[in-house]
Amino acid sequence: MSEEWVLLDFRPSMFSYRVKIALAEKGISYECREEDLRNKSPLLLEMNPVHKKIPVLIHNGKPICESVNIIQYIDEVCKDKNGLQFLPSDPYEKAQARFWADFIDKKLHVASMKITWHKTKEELEEAEKEMIDCLKLLEQELGDKPYFGGERLGYLDIVLGGFCSWFCAIDLGLGNISIDAECSKLMEWTKRCMERESFSKSLEEPHKLHDFVVQMRERWGLTNKY
Amino acid sequence: MAKGDVQLLGAWSSPFTNRVQMALNLKSIDYEFIEVNFYSNKSESLLKANPVHKTIPVLIHDEKPICESLIIIQYIDEAWTKNGQSILPSDPYDRAIARFWAAYIDEKWFPLLKELGKESGDETKAAIMRKIFEGAGLLEEAFVKCSKGKEFFDGDNVGYVDIVLGCFLGWIKVTESMAGLKLFDETRTPGLAGWAERFVSHNAAKDIVPEPHKLIEFYMMVQAAKASTG
Repeated sequence: MSEEWVLLDFRPSMFSYRVKIALAEKGISYECREEDLRNKSPLLLEMNPVHKKIPVLIHNGKPICESVNIIQYIDEVCKDKNGLQFLPSDPYEKAQARFWADFIDKKLHVASMKITWHKTKEELEEAEKEMIDCLKLLEQELGDKPYFGGERLGYLDIVLGGFCSWFCAIDLGLGNISIDAECSKLMEWTKRCMERESFSKSLEEPHKLHDFVVQMRERWGLTNKY
Repeated sequence: MAKGDVQLLGAWSSPFTNRVQMALNLKSIDYEFIEVNFYSNKSESLLKANPVHKTIPVLIHDEKPICESLIIIQYIDEAWTKNGQSILPSDPYDRAIARFWAAYIDEKWFPLLKELGKESGDETKAAIMRKIFEGAGLLEEAFVKCSKGKEFFDGDNVGYVDIVLGCFLGWIKVTESMAGLKLFDETRTPGLAGWAERFVSHNAAKDIVPEPHKLIEFYMMVQAAKASTG
């Protein structure tokens, strides 16, 4: 049976980026359909009636929702070109990878949303501190390894990978801090990942992401200067 | 994987602890239960086992901690493959669906019950109840699709979504008695109503889901303690 993969996408979404990276790492060809989130398509509403959110991966007509579910599904259904999987085979190491993925979505993502939508200088500073605290914990988890997966890219690299453009956009001036100064190992990891074709083809360019956030904030009447 | 030494740091009143106990029961795993008094000073062993979140439950297997209940259940399923049937479905698509509903229950539905318990205004409470019923409707559809006419979300056997939702049945009954309404009733959600009765009498869940009156007593005690510390 021929395989059909469709991704319902929204270009600036970090959750979409990580799914695209996963698809690219597995060498999967897919059709990418951009959604207008102010006018969601009937297909999106049919495929994700519960949350009505992107990304949604549709495999042979069947939808999979929520980015970490999608990545695990892709991993379980397809081995990569080297016959390898994102998640380690050892159950304990798998649990650790899932733990940190959950941490990224519950803590880091929340801090990044607060940075995007902050209303006051105090809110921004508090959110930046939260983000740096998260990144320092992740740096400890990375240690001296080139990737979270060890010598090769793994699940956690892909889950965090969706944020790589965002980290660069922060350092271009979205915030008042420098991730490079505070978490240099993490920025090295970011640059290492962004040299991979799967990342460079999937992620929005950092300056474009920076401009998108600035424009979005201006549209909502939020200041970009303190 | 060898049996090894298994400990569970948790609290009897916590549904997140209860669901891990159910998973351990499904796999017939012997373990030492270490009760943590979550509302007083966090014990040193908890802070050492879960320094990031400082929450229970934590499973400790051969001295290695695993945190976050959904992750612990998947770990139990993957580490003890020879004990009983799988907790998660074997088909990757069914597994993705099971994980989806587990996340929905934990991140969207159960928090509504907690929110209801904290609110006092009638209008706000009514609005939250509407959302709870809408969610119950979604879970009913999920049950019909996943069970395919059988007794549990996982089919003939109790599985992942069954224990992820079933662990809340004690607190659901507390909500029902406080609100004077049934959340899983025979008219609106007949599938779930039947499922709930079957689940609480299943071997995996029996004696784990606390009696509602004990949960109410516990809830009152916690509220009183919070009020006295100001």
